[in-house]
Amino acid sequence: MSSFSVTEPSNRSKWIAGFLVIAYALITMIPLVWILLTGFKSPADAISYPPKMVFDPTLEGYVNLFTTRTRQTQEFLEANPPQNWADEIVRQYDMVIVGPSKFGERFMNSVIIGFGSTFLSIFLGTLAAYAFSRFKVPLKDDLLFFILSTRMMPPVAVAIPIFLMFRNLGLSDTHLGMILLYTGVNISLAVWLLKGFIDEIPREYEEAALIDGYTRFQAFYKVVLPQAATGIASTAIFCLIFAWNEYAFAVLLTSANAQTAPPFIPTIIGIGGLDWPAVAAGATIFLIPVMIFTILMRKHLLRGITFGAVRK
Amino acid sequence: MAQIVVKNVKKMFGDFTAVRESSFTIEDGEFFMLLGPSGCGKTTTLRMIAGLELPTSGEIYLDGEEISQRPPSERDIAFVFQMFALYPHMNVRKNISYPLISQGMPRAAVKAKVEEVAGILGITDILDSPVGGLSGGDRQRVALGRAIVREPKAFMMDEPLGALDAEFREHMAEELRALHDRMGATTVYVTHDQLEAMQMGDKIVVMNNAVIEQFGTPQEIYDKPATMFVADFIGSPSMNFLRFQGKVEPGSEMVRLNGHDEAVPKLMEGAEGDLVFGVRPEHVFLSDTSAYRAKVLAAEYLGTTQIVTLQSPNGELKARIDAREVVNPGQTVGLEFRSPAVTLFEMSTGRALRSALNGEVLNNG
Repeated sequence: MSSFSVTEPSNRSKWIAGFLVIAYALITMIPLVWILLTGFKSPADAISYPPKMVFDPTLEGYVNLFTTRTRQTQEFLEANPPQNWADEIVRQYDMVIVGPSKFGERFMNSVIIGFGSTFLSIFLGTLAAYAFSRFKVPLKDDLLFFILSTRMMPPVAVAIPIFLMFRNLGLSDTHLGMILLYTGVNISLAVWLLKGFIDEIPREYEEAALIDGYTRFQAFYKVVLPQAATGIASTAIFCLIFAWNEYAFAVLLTSANAQTAPPFIPTIIGIGGLDWPAVAAGATIFLIPVMIFTILMRKHLLRGITFGAVRK
Repeated sequence: MAQIVVKNVKKMFGDFTAVRESSFTIEDGEFFMLLGPSGCGKTTTLRMIAGLELPTSGEIYLDGEEISQRPPSERDIAFVFQMFALYPHMNVRKNISYPLISQGMPRAAVKAKVEEVAGILGITDILDSPVGGLSGGDRQRVALGRAIVREPKAFMMDEPLGALDAEFREHMAEELRALHDRMGATTVYVTHDQLEAMQMGDKIVVMNNAVIEQFGTPQEIYDKPATMFVADFIGSPSMNFLRFQGKVEPGSEMVRLNGHDEAVPKLMEGAEGDLVFGVRPEHVFLSDTSAYRAKVLAAEYLGTTQIVTLQSPNGELKARIDAREVVNPGQTVGLEFRSPAVTLFEMSTGRALRSALNGEVLNNG
């Protein structure tokens, strides 16, 4: 690795740079903070104008998100005292909790489909990228171009054919169908990104393993995979973010069974009036898994974003 | 420990011929050099012996067994890569143990064996360090350790000193040769550095353009080159080529060089047309009495000797003479050649004419 010296920046330019970065971070975080705060507001506070920065926090939004409620008569409410703190919150609107909402289920669908398709994309993508990187594949360049070309139009452009195909194959509104769909969209990204990372791993490592008495496949998973970890992690994040956030296909292809959280959250609005706190609460919870995954992978991601600029 | 026989081995990459049908034998325990300029097919040859490339045709025998189409893991050959290829995600100990683990050797035995090898190579103190921070020499030793730890039938080394700086290379070359002498294992070593090949090798194969030019001991290759390529590639400065037109008969011991008779070793074959009078710089002497005159162009002082560049009627040549002789550029001097050491070549083919000097060597191969 070659080292070169850069003139140390002056304190003033460090301050300016720091200020700009923080200012930019704050501006980009405003919507997130807005969502986070709205989740803890009462419906009245949520729509008040000018927006309230100081308010009495309440878990109403979260309670509404996770429950279904019905309005009851005064006699019923008096005869049946509140069961718990959540029940108490809904009582102020003359309502009682009658059961859980669909949110938990939808959230789990998102987890299954998001992580399932990410895993499948990475699994298939790594094998394909390794083959493209190392073996003489007939028509290699054409195949790679073909794989890339699947990304040359917005996926929604083929929504109707996919809808019809899924209906005929019985894949509509199934976990498997959505996993296959998101894998299909992500695989081209995965193959291309991972091929770049694997190309950078010198072949000698595998050859050394072959000489040391290992099979080609053992050399692949014992020597190549550990070194491709950075690439795999960053590719996984890209794949997960796409699958997790995807909205259009989810609206079109899922309903009662495999619906994911993105199409579900807006439907909250229709249930009990414009319940913005519940929507905000849903959005907040929806953010958490991707955030955790990204934080877990951030060491790899930082190196991955520089795309192999850091050479061993 | 094993003998390696390479028989009519050929390697094509698509339409490109990397190695044209080549045959040679590496005797048990030999330190064998594959020498040639880059792109000549020497590394491909080495990789075919190791199993990293499969030959397009031909056979390779290791200890009498035909192995040319077997995977490397079934050949029991170790390989030292130019860039060492130490597994970057493992420490030194794991790197060295890796070949033993694949054989399913018990843990305790692996540990003992690794420590023994580390002792031989003097790397016991770095066994538990990561390979990332090691110096070039230590990486080299770890790579060697990984090769010798499982006591393979033969070692392949692909320019193992190429990644080291010049100063250290010398030292490592000695260490390598000492290690070989101690273990007595058949070693095939690829290099483009003719000095390294001469210094370390028991035998040398010189390759050029996918073809084996010559195969022999360092002395044979230096003193009795089979082709102009070998004569030019080996030695620094390389052999002088004085071009002349003429005709030589089998049995003759003289050639006419620009009107002067020069003695040559007794020829065993004749030739006619464009010929080359090949003589090493150390076999060129300055002599006031000689009628063959040349003009001094330059003199490089090298301590004990000096290299004098001269312009003769048959082309430029260099002489390696005693540093104490006084030679001035511009001066005209007479030249004498040590005739028993002269090789004649046919210009069109680059082939050496067989003579009393090289007849035996050329007949063999």
